Amino acid sequence: MTWLIARRLAIFVASLAAASLAVFALLTLVGDPARSVLGIHATPEALQITRQRMGLDRPVWEQYWSWAWSALHGDLGTSYITHFGIAEQVGRRLLVTIYLVLGGMVTALIIAIPAGTLAAVQHRKITGTVVTALSQLGIAVPAFLAGIVLIALVSVKWGVLPAGGYVAPSADALGFVKRMLLPWLSLGLVQGAVLARYVRSALLDEVNADYIRTARSKGLTRTGAIVRHGLRNASIPVLTVLGVQLVTVLIGAVVVERVFALPGIGSFLVDSVARQDRLAVQGIVMIIVALSLAVSFVVDIAYVMIDPRLRRAR
Amino acid sequence: MKARSTQSVLVVFALAVAMITAACSSSGNDVTPASPTSGSTDSASSDSGTPPAGDATLSLGLVLPPDNLDFTTTSGVAIPQLLLGNVYETLVVQADDGSLQPGLAKKWDVSDDGTQYTFTLNEGVTFSDGSPLTAADAKFSIDYVKSDWTVNVADEMKIVTDVQAPSDTELVVTLSEPSNMWLFKMSTRIGAIMSPNHVDNLAKEAIGTGPYTVDPWDGGDVITLTRNDNYWGDAPAIKHVVFRYYEDAAAMNNALLTGDINVITTVPSPQTLQQFESNDAYQIIKGTTNGNVMMTINNAQPPLDDVRVRQAINYALDKEAILKAAWAGYGTVIGSHEVPTDPWFVDLADRYPHDVTQAKELLAQAGQEGLTLRLALSGTPYASAAAPIIVSQLAEAGITVVTEDMTFDNWLAKVYTDRDYDLTIINHAEQYDLTTVFSGEPDYYTNYTNPEVTRLETEGLAADYDTFIADFQKVVEILADDAAAAWLWAFPNLMVADANVRGLPVNAVGESLAVYHLYTEG
Repeated sequence: MTWLIARRLAIFVASLAAASLAVFALLTLVGDPARSVLGIHATPEALQITRQRMGLDRPVWEQYWSWAWSALHGDLGTSYITHFGIAEQVGRRLLVTIYLVLGGMVTALIIAIPAGTLAAVQHRKITGTVVTALSQLGIAVPAFLAGIVLIALVSVKWGVLPAGGYVAPSADALGFVKRMLLPWLSLGLVQGAVLARYVRSALLDEVNADYIRTARSKGLTRTGAIVRHGLRNASIPVLTVLGVQLVTVLIGAVVVERVFALPGIGSFLVDSVARQDRLAVQGIVMIIVALSLAVSFVVDIAYVMIDPRLRRAR
Repeated sequence: MKARSTQSVLVVFALAVAMITAACSSSGNDVTPASPTSGSTDSASSDSGTPPAGDATLSLGLVLPPDNLDFTTTSGVAIPQLLLGNVYETLVVQADDGSLQPGLAKKWDVSDDGTQYTFTLNEGVTFSDGSPLTAADAKFSIDYVKSDWTVNVADEMKIVTDVQAPSDTELVVTLSEPSNMWLFKMSTRIGAIMSPNHVDNLAKEAIGTGPYTVDPWDGGDVITLTRNDNYWGDAPAIKHVVFRYYEDAAAMNNALLTGDINVITTVPSPQTLQQFESNDAYQIIKGTTNGNVMMTINNAQPPLDDVRVRQAINYALDKEAILKAAWAGYGTVIGSHEVPTDPWFVDLADRYPHDVTQAKELLAQAGQEGLTLRLALSGTPYASAAAPIIVSQLAEAGITVVTEDMTFDNWLAKVYTDRDYDLTIINHAEQYDLTTVFSGEPDYYTNYTNPEVTRLETEGLAADYDTFIADFQKVVEILADDAAAAWLWAFPNLMVADANVRGLPVNAVGESLAVYHLYTEG
């Protein structure tokens, strides 16, 4: 078990290092940050001074090392465009995105587990077919479209909930929930539809397993056996999908943030690209990559926790 | 015209901004609307008493967030739009007819040779940190533009050779040569008066003499201005004005519909106005901007170097029909460079009436029947909307037009820098850009050459005001006669607001979005 975690951890660290190199290299090879600060008619002298000030006259390896080393210590530098600390900005924006994604995933699970279970239990009956068909519909609808429709109906037509914007939960908890409900729902509906299908098929795989028969022979109903024993076993493939989806949702949240005017990491990335703020883009991409790697790491560990059999495996 | 090359950078920037924001990014100081369609009763401060200072908050929706608060090192329109007039003030301010009015200076005198300006400052003016404004601060601000500003607009201050502050209220500025533009430029961002004690952290802290101060800002998409209770002038009615920046125009619309904001300061395209038009809860404000949408003709590119071909193109176009189809009729058809709010504007909209026969005749004279031209499009909404109808109108006159779609970066490289184009459509959004866009020398992408135009512009800038205006009016007429371009329409400033909001800056003519006359009724 310890060895297994250590191995996963090593993979995590190695991927992180490789990713940081890739991110740095990609962005260093493109364009001249000094020019993007000074504009197209900058004089060569001004460019030279700015390059020095930005440390661009140093060898590339040194630049990489100082950036990566500071990043490790939580310092992503100060933007030459906005003069704000990047880590501080990323932190605040990321929090919004994390609220959005986690809330969306919880909503997805709240929808997917009952719907998927129902579809599995009622398999080959009309209810099951209807649930399956509905989830197919959900998969076909992109989250931002769900968002636009929800805004048009719930906010504009009925005037029940705000059309987006963000307030910090510390400032106004009720306002926070009110403003996040629609974004959560639009992410959750779509992701829930996808997850429901995985829950259903994973459960169906377990229905004919020996332990279900045993449970039934001990007096449980079929539904009872599936819910009490099947769900836990079915959760492993579902968890894998959840991990993969979490990363997709994190990146897909960019569009949802835009529709709901949420100041998350996605809109920060778009803004930073627009203002050619290379250092900020570098920091944001690195954080997103690190987060994605961390999610897969945690999912890997979670398998082991859920399934004792994996603890012995190599 | 030493500053010409740097001015051109500005225009590029203005254009760039126009691409992003559909070209109505900055708003002006209480200008009485010149457009016949505008709601003039709501606009100006001078004709209606602003109600007393209350505790209300108003939220404005905008599309282009500032990178920081420092326009001394960061170019673009977003920062002056937020700060100029509201937080930083200038010695002179621009009024509705384009004339200059007293600002921080209550009066000024110009020496007979036009090179020395003596300003008398208002007394009792303080910065929002409580320190008094003196002529020494004004001197510092002007010198600081020359010494520390890195943005290209700072070049406008190069003409200043000496600044003296003989007393606390007296400021004497000496120019190297007479200039009718310099004083006007002093009403733009370079004229902002700053405190010598607060220039170390301009990116995050803006301390001026204006009616509002900036609340601490975290770099996010919301910036709040709060009334400066020590303001030397009339206190604004609204206590907090919140600037909310949206990436998505639809999100901004929804924010207005659901009450998160009270005003959309920039409507990206008139199509979005439909949902507000029939709704009594909202008012639509139609004003003007400095922008003129122009089909630029490459004057150096044969056969477009033949004036008859350029005139034929102008005769072939039905500009009313173009405006109607492309921009729902919002705006004013124009016939030469500059817009109706400019002091040297001459109405030449009828110079080339729609006349296909005349167009064909001119083309025949020039030996250019069966002409094929390229039309470069950079993806702006107004250009994309106008292109199809222009193509079909030119086809009626026997000119085949091939459209070339490109990104704005490509447009900058190919059309603007390399001048490899026949026709293109662009909104020239910068105020008073006549001498830049048509200098009479081929130093701009229009490639327009006319020594007479150069002479009139150079002499006009150095002459007394009346001669200056007369010379520039002559230039405007010559440009129309030469068909130096096909001017289409003066770009409108379209806003939507809650029905009870008053005091909105209707016309977007200056660099600031003045919020200090806002109030709500009822």
